[in-house]
Parts: sequence; C-alpha cells; structure tokens
Amino acid sequence: MEITVTVNGEQHTQDVEPRMLLVHFIRENLNLTGTHIGCDTTSCGACTILLDGKSVKSCTILAVQANGKSVRTIESVAGADGHLHPLQEGFKENHGLHCGFCTPGMIMRSIELLENNPNPTEEEIRWGISGNLCRCTGYNNIVKAIEYASAKNRGVEPASTEPQFV
Amino acid sequence: MIAQSFQYEAPGTLAEAISMLHKYGEEAKVLSGGHSLIPMMKLRFANPECLIDINGIPGLAHIKEEGGVIKIGALTREAEIEHSDLLKKHFPIFADVTKLIADPQVRNRGTIGGNLAHGDAANDHPAVMLALNATIIATGSDGERSIPIDEFFHGFYMTELQFGEILTEIQIPVPPAGTGSAYHKLERKVGDYATAGVAIQLTLDSKGVCTAAGIGLTNVNPVPLRASRSEKALIGKPITDETIAEAAKYASEDCSPSADLRGSEEYKRAMVAVLVKRMIHKAVERISK
Repeated sequence: MEITVTVNGEQHTQDVEPRMLLVHFIRENLNLTGTHIGCDTTSCGACTILLDGKSVKSCTILAVQANGKSVRTIESVAGADGHLHPLQEGFKENHGLHCGFCTPGMIMRSIELLENNPNPTEEEIRWGISGNLCRCTGYNNIVKAIEYASAKNRGVEPASTEPQFV
Repeated sequence: MIAQSFQYEAPGTLAEAISMLHKYGEEAKVLSGGHSLIPMMKLRFANPECLIDINGIPGLAHIKEEGGVIKIGALTREAEIEHSDLLKKHFPIFADVTKLIADPQVRNRGTIGGNLAHGDAANDHPAVMLALNATIIATGSDGERSIPIDEFFHGFYMTELQFGEILTEIQIPVPPAGTGSAYHKLERKVGDYATAGVAIQLTLDSKGVCTAAGIGLTNVNPVPLRASRSEKALIGKPITDETIAEAAKYASEDCSPSADLRGSEEYKRAMVAVLVKRMIHKAVERISK
C-alpha cells in the first residue's frame, strides 16, 4: 500500500506492506535509527515518537496508520546548527543517561509532557514518564533533566546540576 | 515481531466500515486504538485476514451531555477521558481509572470503545461501566442498538456485539446529587493488569441512607463481574462499618479469581474485600465534599 508520511518536516511516499510497524518504517526504510526498539511489546517506550504531536510507541502502530500524518523523531530535536534542545542539554548536564538506549524515547515523551504541563511537579514528571523504562539510572537524574528543561523553557535559572547520589 | 500478512482498509464512513465487515466476514477485525489487537497480532495470537481501521471515521470521538446522559464516542482516547472537564464534574472515577490504564503513550492511542469491545475481564473500563450502569450502543447495517452493560460481556474476548456490528458509543446516566464514585486496582507495576480492581458508585440521600449502588470488579472473574449481593447489602441502609464489611465479604465470596503470577486465589479474594472497603470510603468521602 502506498503511504505518504511527513517525517521531521520531510514528505516520504513509499509502498509498504500493511503489517510493517511504524518503527521499522522509520528505522529501516528512512534510515533514522535514533528511534530505538527495546522490548517490542509496548512496555519500554524506547520507540516513542510524536505522531501529529502526540507521544506514541511506534512499535505498536502500523506504518499504514501514519499515512497522511506527521511524525517527529529524535533526529529533529537539535537545531540545524547542532544547538541542543533544552531537554538534550538537561540530560547532558544532569547525567540523565548512562547507556543512552532509552534517551531518545525519554526525550520525545518529555517534549509532549512539557507542552501539556510546562511546570510539572516531580510527581507529575514521574507519572509522565511512567511508560519509559531506564535500566541504568534509577530515574533521579532523568527527572532532574526534565526539571532543568522545564526551568529553561520558562526562562528560569535551572537548579544546580551537581549529580545527585541518593 | 511482525504480524501475519493481512489486508488493510481505512473506510471514511461508518456505513462503509459496516459493509466491509460484511464483505470480509469473520476474518475481519476492527482496528481502533490497536493497543490490544496489534500486540496480539505481533505474537500471532490473533491472525485476522483483514483489518478495518476506523480511526479515520468522523463523529466517533466525543464526550457530551444530552438529556441527562453522558455520551462518550467509542474512538475517544483514554488521554481525552483523563482530562475531560465534563467527566471530572460528574465522575471522579474516570480520573482514577485512566491514570491506571497502561501509560501516557498508550493512553494517547487506546480508546474506551476498544477497551470494552475487546471483552477482556482484565481491562479496567468494564468494571467501571458496570458501576455506572452504562449502555453500549452498537451500530450495524440495521442501525443502532442499545445494549445494557449487564448483557454485554459473554465470556473471554466474547461480547454481545454481533457479526457486522461496531461499538460506536457509551451512554452513562448523569447521577443525582449525593453521588460519589471511585476506582482502584492493585497492580505490581505501572501498566500491569489488575491483581484485583474495584469500581464503585454510591448515592446517599440527605440522611446518609444509600439509595443506589453500583459495584464492578476487574480481573477476578472470567467475565467482568457485577457484585450484586454487595450492592444489595448497601442499598436502603446507612453506610456503616457493618454494611461496608458485609459488602466487602460478599464481593470476595462471589468473584472467581484464578491463581497466577499476581497471586493466589485466596490473596485475590482478600484484596477484593480490602478494595471494596477502601473504595466505599473514598466514594462516600467524595459525596461529602
């Protein structure tokens, strides 16, 4: 079936099998490998992308379901000049990643989280990323990274980025 | 994991979708949010020959109040239910239940219609709909049909929906003043199916006597279960420690949980009793507010 999907602002028209998952379309057909496949069972959130602005798990959506829609992946997040997005900066400054496998999904989910709730509490952040698993960090520095981006987006000085050992 | 090959159709109208269901027969499945069906297809537990994707059909995603009835379109996403002011006003239970359904990304896709039409006693909305006395609207080639929620669930993955019918709307009576509702499920981790779940809606008169009670149980029975004896134990009486204990006891006796990784049968029955007590307290607390 022929589908047209706008990915990171660029239109792609391709013929795909109906059973192809959106994450495979993104990674294999478009070669955008920043979106990861972790569990492949809708649990881990590594494959999170934005579909028409909503964070979704691309391992549980068919590529044909994205026909006529707009997809945003981690590759679109930094500026064209390489300037980091506040969330990327927050993860870097706060040691919000160790192995980095979950990070693209964490960031794509957090983009929508901060759009809906620009100044979330710690509890709201923890519920907000409850569909994303990290097996390295224990989440504390991920929460701090999102708090950092929230502060930066609101023009507030982010809290100290000294690593927290709890 | 990749599903078996299938044909994909994306009808633009309900009539078109229904005629496709007739054309492809029993080998067709309706694709709504897809967050139960696609995982099952990837695991090849479900192998439909044709998927009829109803996401592009207009007029199926709404939350509105008409003539004392709340109408929720089948394609309404869990995330929309979670944040609906109209639902918050009448039914605090929806904020309880949606927060416990999977996770934010899944709630951006999963729909209330799919959650019910899937016919799984482990899903959370069935118990809530029993407590709220909902009516299911199914649309087929002969038009719409109303199905009382008590007649909707037939068995594991089996519902009253007939061949060629699509669940299109859920209707819930707006409760009178003095009504409170609450839901909780015990889960091992975020997004897990319930070890046990309890949905309750209670109405009290000005003297504190219970005039209406709806109690539904999640994942402790082959089909979503109405705790009828528990409801009767409350109606016509003031809510006291004794009536609450009686309602809790009946619910734990009348369900039929199976032992699995989430716990033994005995443990699940005990949790049903605990949750019934807690949810009655929570619903009553909400009335007094």
